[in-house]
Amino acid sequence: MRELIYLTVLLPLAGFLINGIFGSRIKNEKVIGTIGSGVIGISFLIALGAFFETLSLPVEQRQLIVTLFTWLDVGGLNVSFSYQVDQLSLVMALIVTGVGFVIHVYSIGYMHGDKGFWRFFAYLNLFIFAMMNLILADNFVLLFLGWEGVGLCSYLLIGFWYDRKFEKSTTSDAAKKAFIVNRIGDFGFLLGMFLIFLTFGSLNFNEVFSKANTFSVSASIYGFITLFLFIGATGKSAQIPLYVWLPDAMAGPTPVSALIHAATMVTAGVYMVARCSVLFASAPQIMIVVAVIGLMTAFFAATIGIVQNDIKKVLAYSTISQLGYMFLAMGVGAFSAGIFHVMTHAFFKALLFLGAGSVIHAMHEEQDIQRYGGLKKYMPQTAITFLIAALAISGIPPLSGFFSKDEILWYSFANGSFILWLIGVITAMMTAFYMFRLYFLTFEGKERFGHDKHPHESPKVMTIPLIILAVLSVIGGFVGIPEVFSGEHGNQFHNWLAPIFKDADRKLMHFGLHSHFEEILLMVISVIAAASSILFARYIYLRKPEIASRTASRFKGLYNLLWNKYFVDEIYDAIIVNPTVTISRNILWKIADNKIIDGTVNGAAKLIDVLSATIRKIQTGVAQLYALVMVLGIAAALLWIILSF
Amino acid sequence: MENNFLITYLILLPLIGAFGLLFINKEKASAIRYTGLIFSALTFIVSLFVYFGFDHSSSDFQFIHKFEWITGLNIFYFVGVDGLSLLLVLLTTFLTPLTLISSWSSIEHKIKEFTFFMLLLETGMIGVFVSLDLFLFYIFWEAMLIPMYFIIGIWGGKERIYAAIKFFLYTMFGSLLMLVAIVWLAVYASGSLGYFTTDITKLYLVAPTITKDIQIWMFLAFGLSFAIKVPLFPLHTWLPDAHVQAPTAGSVILAGVLLKMGTYGLLRFNLPLFPDASLYFAPYFSVLAIIGIIYGALVAMVQTDMKKLVAYSSVSHLGFVVLGIFAMTQESVQGAVIQMINHGLSTGALFLLVGVIYERTHTREIADYGGIAKLVPFFAFSLMFASLSSIGLPGLNGFVGEFLILLGSFKSGVLNSWWFTVFAATGVIFAAVYLLWMYQRVVFGEVKNPSLNGLKDMNAREIFVMIPIFIFIVWIGIYPSTFLKVSEKTSAKIIHQVFNPVQTAEKLINNR
Repeated sequence: MRELIYLTVLLPLAGFLINGIFGSRIKNEKVIGTIGSGVIGISFLIALGAFFETLSLPVEQRQLIVTLFTWLDVGGLNVSFSYQVDQLSLVMALIVTGVGFVIHVYSIGYMHGDKGFWRFFAYLNLFIFAMMNLILADNFVLLFLGWEGVGLCSYLLIGFWYDRKFEKSTTSDAAKKAFIVNRIGDFGFLLGMFLIFLTFGSLNFNEVFSKANTFSVSASIYGFITLFLFIGATGKSAQIPLYVWLPDAMAGPTPVSALIHAATMVTAGVYMVARCSVLFASAPQIMIVVAVIGLMTAFFAATIGIVQNDIKKVLAYSTISQLGYMFLAMGVGAFSAGIFHVMTHAFFKALLFLGAGSVIHAMHEEQDIQRYGGLKKYMPQTAITFLIAALAISGIPPLSGFFSKDEILWYSFANGSFILWLIGVITAMMTAFYMFRLYFLTFEGKERFGHDKHPHESPKVMTIPLIILAVLSVIGGFVGIPEVFSGEHGNQFHNWLAPIFKDADRKLMHFGLHSHFEEILLMVISVIAAASSILFARYIYLRKPEIASRTASRFKGLYNLLWNKYFVDEIYDAIIVNPTVTISRNILWKIADNKIIDGTVNGAAKLIDVLSATIRKIQTGVAQLYALVMVLGIAAALLWIILSF
Repeated sequence: MENNFLITYLILLPLIGAFGLLFINKEKASAIRYTGLIFSALTFIVSLFVYFGFDHSSSDFQFIHKFEWITGLNIFYFVGVDGLSLLLVLLTTFLTPLTLISSWSSIEHKIKEFTFFMLLLETGMIGVFVSLDLFLFYIFWEAMLIPMYFIIGIWGGKERIYAAIKFFLYTMFGSLLMLVAIVWLAVYASGSLGYFTTDITKLYLVAPTITKDIQIWMFLAFGLSFAIKVPLFPLHTWLPDAHVQAPTAGSVILAGVLLKMGTYGLLRFNLPLFPDASLYFAPYFSVLAIIGIIYGALVAMVQTDMKKLVAYSSVSHLGFVVLGIFAMTQESVQGAVIQMINHGLSTGALFLLVGVIYERTHTREIADYGGIAKLVPFFAFSLMFASLSSIGLPGLNGFVGEFLILLGSFKSGVLNSWWFTVFAATGVIFAAVYLLWMYQRVVFGEVKNPSLNGLKDMNAREIFVMIPIFIFIVWIGIYPSTFLKVSEKTSAKIIHQVFNPVQTAEKLINNR
């Protein structure tokens, strides 16, 4: 199975081509949906087979590279379409194909009746193709192909309903914004690659990382390399300062938000940092940057999430916030904890989005949670699964989110500092609060929607995926039970990934001087904090809804600031976007190009024109004048000859 | 060496076709069209023979055909190809038949003259790429202006006369200095060889021995005409006018092939003939190239006319090529070569698509469109595909060229600074901005302009033109080796010539 790993890349491509080329003629939704989901399902089975096969092998034989053909072989550069099977890529492959498959199936129900049904599945398959390239690549350039490819699919899917309005603008604005902001990140990623190539003379992972262990390279070079790569990660994984595209990305259909903008694509930056852990571990100052940016993003996104009323917007900010946790993990050197959170987050966040999709479906495209309420009785399965996901993301044991989040918090304390942990816990409290604000406003309490809405439970093709993800959200954390509880076996997830991160760990040299008591104490504190937040949310939104509005009006300034997302979009527009366009139009084009440069050219032509027009006047056509000039000329010549004797 | 006539056939075939047209009654439009198409297709087939017969492992000129032409002056008819010229010849022979098909219905009057000039132009373009004698090169270089002048001036838009004259004078201005330099070189060669020559294989050996001071002047004399053709900032203002006014076929050829003559000239002549000056000018030309990349992109962004937008994007894209050339690493020069082909394909495709939609609506104003995705889905797909190629999406051709150029310039010892690449790489952001913004305004949204209703999607003929281009866009994107292998040895040789002029001079002494 391991040798067949390239099929997990090619099958989605085949699905894309079939549905993309023939989809408009096939028309039959069942056929299109079966092809689209089927290729992903088979890919998942192959990845699963490869996983079990790898598991049965001794650790030193677990890496395998399958090369298809050479891509670029120029000068010192040699990269191929080569796919790498190892502990990290397998985890990612299982998440992408597994969660991807579930979401594909869900989409059959969700997109039913849409006239772009075939196009949707084609794009979705293209996305999986690109994402598999990203995670299975054995070199930076192929990773970048996937990296930009998922960006393209994100663009196409955000703008899927290209003729619709979205908030103050349109879906196509949101799509374009996503692509361009990502490109800014990609600019950094490109520079990172160039510097890696200049430093190590290669762009293949194995070669670069082994050289990073043996070459003596100055810390500042590592600093630049990792900073550039991290800029790329902030674009793709929506971190400060490039997170602004993700909330707008909610303009796309909800399964897209679940798959691309929550479970998989946005975690690509985390994956990339984990993949390059050796490089990051060699640049301690950048590790701090990563941790701080991650934590800041987690915190600020959570504050925004508290006041938003659009169900998908809340989830979007929650995603940004959770991604921040993952970068916090990376920054404190807890690489496997970060990847663990990538996995559990994929389960519960996909579930939250699909649940939201189910609600939006039932409420006829209404997305304002203030106009929901009491939906539990109409759609119990959606409500229960949503509740499970909300508990998971809030970090309530023994659900999956508890284990991964707590591991991150623990390492941010153990490898980092108390303040990192504290802000992390405060953010976790906010997370629990806004998730349950969402849950209570949507599923519990009074019905606040009009009689024109007839909420109903979604069809099986949508609820079964919810149930599968709910199960995973519950049990998904058991693979990573911390050492404190599991004893001598240690953390299984951690052990599995250990070989990938061993070089980075050696460079970081953390000393485990903390006691189990501390670990359990902090764990208890964060669980109590999350649980009390949930109860607080329940008190406010179920018992005393007036508190919420009263608080909002009392802290009007703060509320407005949060409601308007700190005005970051407006600031970017005012200091970057608008000046660039205005200067380009009014100065570069209309003045520099048309007046100065072209003016000089045309001026030169005009000058010759004027000169010739002046000289032309000598040609009067009056014969007498010509004769006179001739006589004068002869006289002058004679005079010169005589004088020169 | 045995003479090989294949290249001469390449030059003659379109010419024969052009004169054959003169015997066809001008009323017989389709006979004229098919004659033009058949001859250009035949030329393409012959060029494939050259491709398949070409030895990739050699950096020498191949398929040489040489005989004395002007006896007293030692001027030869001397043609042949190396990896660089072969790729550009293939691009020319590939694009010409496609442009003729694309003009099937858009050119309605004076079809005979149009086809005649297109074929003449093809001969001129092939001639430029295959000439190995500077005198012959110069003749083709100048001769090619004439058909292009008429194509813009007769079948162009409203301001066609202004644009045609501007195009003509601008390029003519540059080439006069080149002529002076050619004569000077020939005379200089006679100093060491004992005879007057314009044979570039001989000049490659002689010219690098010129002192640096004089090389600088010679470099500028050649460089100016090439820089205008590229066009390098700030010599680019003929381009938007010429592009906008030219008919679609003219724009495609202009962007696809003519601009490459500038970058081809730099690689073929400036670098190997004047190595010291090339090293001296490398940072300056690179700076101009980078200004072109950013400036071209920013100005493209604010255009209201689709064709003008694509025209300015050419300034930006060709900036990458020039940067690649002057970074002088194997990666960057190979990137520059492949980027020349890429630009021909992707910008060619963009111009063709603008032509397709213009033929239906007679407007190129972006503001007149919006929401046409629903009306013309295949067109929307094609425009997206061509845009993505131009944006440099990995997996498509544009990425390969840009990536190699940027990678090569980053490690370049000649430029010796990160900053060149850092600034140049911002071009990848801006390219996304101007193309996606245009795409959004033209294709997405709701249909607001009622006159767009009833817009017809691309017909079979138009799709037939796009498909081969798209195939190559993907091919170069995922398996560029097919093309990179062709020019690999030539690129290496040019770089070698720049860095080892002494060795070349020694070779000269040995040869004597």
